[in-house]
Amino acid sequence: MIPGEFDYHSPRTLQEAVGLLQQHGDGAKIVAGGQSLIPAMRFRLALPEVLIDINTIDGLEYIREDDGHLMIGALTRESDLEESALVQQKYHLLADAARVIADPVVRNRATVGGNLAHADPANDHPAVMLAYNAELIALGPHGTRAIPIDDFFVDLFENALADNEILTEIRIPTPGPGSGGAYYKVERKVGDYAISATAVQLTMNGNTCTAARIGLTNVSAVPMRATGAEQALIGKPITNEVLEAAGQAAATECDPSPDLRGSVAYKRDLTRVVTKRAIRQAVERAQGG
Amino acid sequence: MTTFHDPTKPKHVADRFENKHAAPVGSSAVVATTEEVRVTTPPEICGMGHRMKRKEDPRFIQGKGRYIDDIKLPGMLYMDIVRSPYAHAKILNIDTSAALAMPGVLAVITGKDLAAHGLHWMPTLMSDTQMVLPTEKVVYYAQEVACVIATSRYIAADAVEQVVVDYEPLDVVVDPYKALDDEVIIRDDKELKTNRIWHWEVGDQAATDAVFANAAHVVKQYMHIPRIHVASIETCGMVANYNPATGKMQLYMTTQAPHAIRTVFALVSGLPEHKIQVISPDIGGGFGGKVPVYPGYVVCAVASLLIGKPVKWIEDRSENLQADSFARDYHLEAELAADADGKIVGLRVNGLADHGCADAAANPSKFPAGLFSICTGSYDLQAAHVNFDAVYTNKPPGGVAYRCSFRVTEAVQMIERMADMMAHDLNIDPAEFRMKNFIKQDAFPYKSPTGWEYDSGNYHAALRKAMDMIGYEDLRREQAEKRARGELMGIGISSFTEVVGAGPSRDYDILGIKMFDSAEIRIHPTGKAIARFGTKSQGQGHETTYAQIIAEELGLPANDIEVEEGDTDTAPYGLGTYASRSTPTAGAAAAMAARKIKAKAKKIAAHLLEVNEDDLEWDVNKWQVKGSPEQAKTIQEIAFAAYTNHPQGMEAGLEATDYYDPPNLTFPFGSYICVVDVDSGTGEVKVRRFVAVDDCGNIINPLVVEGQIHGGLTMGLAPALFEEIVYDENGQCLTGTLADYLLPTAVESPKWETGHTITPSPHHPIGAKGVGESPTVGAPPAIANAVVDALWHLGVRHIDIPITPEKVWQALRDAGVTE
Amino acid sequence: MSKHTITLTVNGTEVTKEVEARTLLVHFIRDDLELTGTHIGCDTTSCGACTVMLNGRTVKSCTVFAVQANGAAIETIEGVANGATLHPLQEGFWEKHGLQCGYCTPGMIMSAKHLLAKNPNPTEEEIRWGISGNLCRCTGYNKIVEAIQYAAAKMQAAEEVPA
Repeated sequence: MIPGEFDYHSPRTLQEAVGLLQQHGDGAKIVAGGQSLIPAMRFRLALPEVLIDINTIDGLEYIREDDGHLMIGALTRESDLEESALVQQKYHLLADAARVIADPVVRNRATVGGNLAHADPANDHPAVMLAYNAELIALGPHGTRAIPIDDFFVDLFENALADNEILTEIRIPTPGPGSGGAYYKVERKVGDYAISATAVQLTMNGNTCTAARIGLTNVSAVPMRATGAEQALIGKPITNEVLEAAGQAAATECDPSPDLRGSVAYKRDLTRVVTKRAIRQAVERAQGG
Repeated sequence: MTTFHDPTKPKHVADRFENKHAAPVGSSAVVATTEEVRVTTPPEICGMGHRMKRKEDPRFIQGKGRYIDDIKLPGMLYMDIVRSPYAHAKILNIDTSAALAMPGVLAVITGKDLAAHGLHWMPTLMSDTQMVLPTEKVVYYAQEVACVIATSRYIAADAVEQVVVDYEPLDVVVDPYKALDDEVIIRDDKELKTNRIWHWEVGDQAATDAVFANAAHVVKQYMHIPRIHVASIETCGMVANYNPATGKMQLYMTTQAPHAIRTVFALVSGLPEHKIQVISPDIGGGFGGKVPVYPGYVVCAVASLLIGKPVKWIEDRSENLQADSFARDYHLEAELAADADGKIVGLRVNGLADHGCADAAANPSKFPAGLFSICTGSYDLQAAHVNFDAVYTNKPPGGVAYRCSFRVTEAVQMIERMADMMAHDLNIDPAEFRMKNFIKQDAFPYKSPTGWEYDSGNYHAALRKAMDMIGYEDLRREQAEKRARGELMGIGISSFTEVVGAGPSRDYDILGIKMFDSAEIRIHPTGKAIARFGTKSQGQGHETTYAQIIAEELGLPANDIEVEEGDTDTAPYGLGTYASRSTPTAGAAAAMAARKIKAKAKKIAAHLLEVNEDDLEWDVNKWQVKGSPEQAKTIQEIAFAAYTNHPQGMEAGLEATDYYDPPNLTFPFGSYICVVDVDSGTGEVKVRRFVAVDDCGNIINPLVVEGQIHGGLTMGLAPALFEEIVYDENGQCLTGTLADYLLPTAVESPKWETGHTITPSPHHPIGAKGVGESPTVGAPPAIANAVVDALWHLGVRHIDIPITPEKVWQALRDAGVTE
Repeated sequence: MSKHTITLTVNGTEVTKEVEARTLLVHFIRDDLELTGTHIGCDTTSCGACTVMLNGRTVKSCTVFAVQANGAAIETIEGVANGATLHPLQEGFWEKHGLQCGYCTPGMIMSAKHLLAKNPNPTEEEIRWGISGNLCRCTGYNKIVEAIQYAAAKMQAAEEVPA
């Protein structure tokens, strides 16, 4: 499995990278961690004429809190996320997900930005960032813009970035008091994509859920929020009946495809189960459990 | 609380293995069982029973192994393969012009090019035929269609993209039951226009029918033992190096059977056999997948012959998973009968074997369904009958091993599932049920209803030991408590009997070559030695264990013995390493060759000590005078004398060769107990504990045996829960990468707990049996039985392997269970 | 198609070579540098046979282009021993029978090395998760875990001995 030929550029600055994107148009492709792109190139499913490597640009790998947000540089490696004390202490949903993305060696190279920009509904970060209501920062020839996560995923493997834009940062609102999050993933083995997984970020007032966002992994063509499940929670005390209603809602609104991981019926029911479990865990955490 | 038959008390067997020799063949005395590994040599000699660190490891842990892709010869070219996107299609045209026009491309070889030399078809191991490259049509997805030869692997890969093939798709047969209809003929190259390959029966049908007619209980189940792939971490490959000046063809090749391959190459190509040298370098795992000859090997050799330069071919993983031969794919309808007392009396099996596009099974030629007829297992029953058909389908050739000797896994999966089903139906604890039905220790050598003579066994002791190790009775209590709370926990047992070590040459051959194996030992003047074998390790540790056998026999330190295999120019002829046959055959040959040397050494010692041979006795590493042990000659002193001071009239030197033809196969056995927890919401199965008690007779190196068992257990876990090669209705393989074909990691694989009993083989020179495949044979039904045990009270009777989360979820759903 | 001259440190030695942009790091290591201890087992970043250390972290070298390693420090299995002295992990794999065919072993040792650098005293579960990016078909993993435990203990003991 040998990739086809391409030209390679290693810009030193983001501006230089954007310039290269403008110069080469849609024949160009950004490579960050490359853990999805390079295998696709080896199978010649991806045949970029020009590869723009952003690994040579300084200052794109960071995890820091600022102005009520967690700022994650787009080139931040998954393993840095996994090992971050800040993430472990305050961003439980993100910490849950970081441990189950691909495998430990892949996580050393794979990046948060790449995981999102690939816009693969099977990836774990899309659902996580949907649940966090994250904002994605893109740099283009005319400067930066913020893209709400709800607008970012356009189609299968298609995101809202223009051909000449680069994803530079992910901003997650710092969870307020009484909030909690969790990611619950069922995979066939380590390194596999989810059969189904649910990301939940919610806020509790006593036993009543006052806010909730839920993202689903690998049960739709485009990464999706389970808004029906969210509505089943918001304003309600968390009882077994409410959990079941939220799970049922997620099962109904998801749109999985049958494959080796399972049939549509199984994936829907699994979505119900993992949604309930993720909510239960998020509620426990919100309540200080 | 259930009670069990008295466990057989362990007994020592030293008296039967005096002077390390086995009992004479045909002896009918009961072979006793012990738990203690026999050690008779000091650590500096490291004979049998020592936990010796492996001699081969220093090169591997420092990155200095030499595998096929590490071989680089001057002027070497690279081959890559154009493969079919259809499972069944006519080839209308192959346009190679664009590829040939590329700089660095030397040749594109098609079926027509091979046909000019009569090399476009080749024989399979079962004397069927298989295309090397097609001239008319393709019969499986990813079939080899043309081969590109170029100056680098990158250019070869580019050129593959430039070969244009026009196909006309044909109707595809994926389902073997549909193949029986003969509506689409897959092998229209054959005279008989049918997809049926063979029909085979064994056992006494009338007696079996009679037993069933009178049976108090009968259980019946259809099961599929799915198609799986060995997926050794190293794929297959070759470096072919034809020298036009000498006429010699060197074939560096990932093969488990170099000598047989050389003979087949000679017969097929017409090259004289002495001008073919097959060299099997370090092999990155074989498990049976590196026994057959694949088209890539043949074209690679032909390319080197035509171009006169070395040519390298290394498979991609996708090619490996999609086009190499597969294991299993047996459809079984089984019936088991028991009398009113819960005693099993009869077994009836109807099977359909899906062989893909060719009968390329790696079976002895008289055994089209391999040794499946071991299917009566560990049980003493009155009658059995097995009835099998085999068909072609549009899939790559099937029927090679997956760490299993000749279809034994299929047999064991069937009988152990059926035994569990019967036990549950009769409401007898599955352990008690097995104890009640086992062949008794004093019944060995045991004649089975399908014609086998089991050499030795003590099934009660192995199961009792496994139960004690895992705390069986406590687990049953825990299960009852959990069940009361609605939690799903299962305990599964598998008490298997294996049959390995082919084999006696009267019955066992591959393409007519008898299945003996060989050892050649040469002792150098300074008392160091080299030993060469007809087998070929792929990780089994032969460089260590063979040296230990020789050390045991001759008292030479194992570290002073160099073991070599895999070069047909230097090693004695043998059939290779697969089917757990190395210890039963070549290991025996090592002992027998050493004994020939010991006999000559005795004459030399008598000469040196100036005594009569009869006055000498052997002690660990020397011949000494009876009654005055201070008068002795060590094997090293004798070796020196063999070249410097041997008796007049005696040939100089100290060496021997032995071709060992075993009088029977060996029958290792064991009892495995698995504990699973089942998630009723997701259907996930977690193997919580797994205890494996194996009995492979005398143990050469406990460390290596443990390693073999651990590895085999993970390769049993894999098809039980994860692995299956899946095709869509067009015959396209959906599991062509390791992202889709799921090999267990260290996380899915539990911490294996192992133990052993030792019931030596009465006919093997060192009392050993094969072991490498036992755990892969024994583990799947233990896991499957555990899952079904967790769900039995809900009405679940059977789930086919691999037991995926969805299958469990579906079973729970059908039973009305949901989270 | 672009060609690039790259300079990097491999097992402590600086090398400069010209590579095609598409040359995979694993092919560069094996074919250009003739360090064949790093192996190839799949096309999908699944098996980990090609695991090497890049700037102190393990990566699967079949999923990195050689040109991307320009300026980097690479460590392969050939650089793990200290001259004739085996690394405690190599010793552990030998002592505990942590290998059979040896094909996954170099990648497995590199992963274990990275794991112990981050977590010198891992639990069995942490070891199993730590090597879950590397497939072994022979050992069933038990003895690999024991080998890593052996190395961890040995390295811990060496730490505790005052210099």
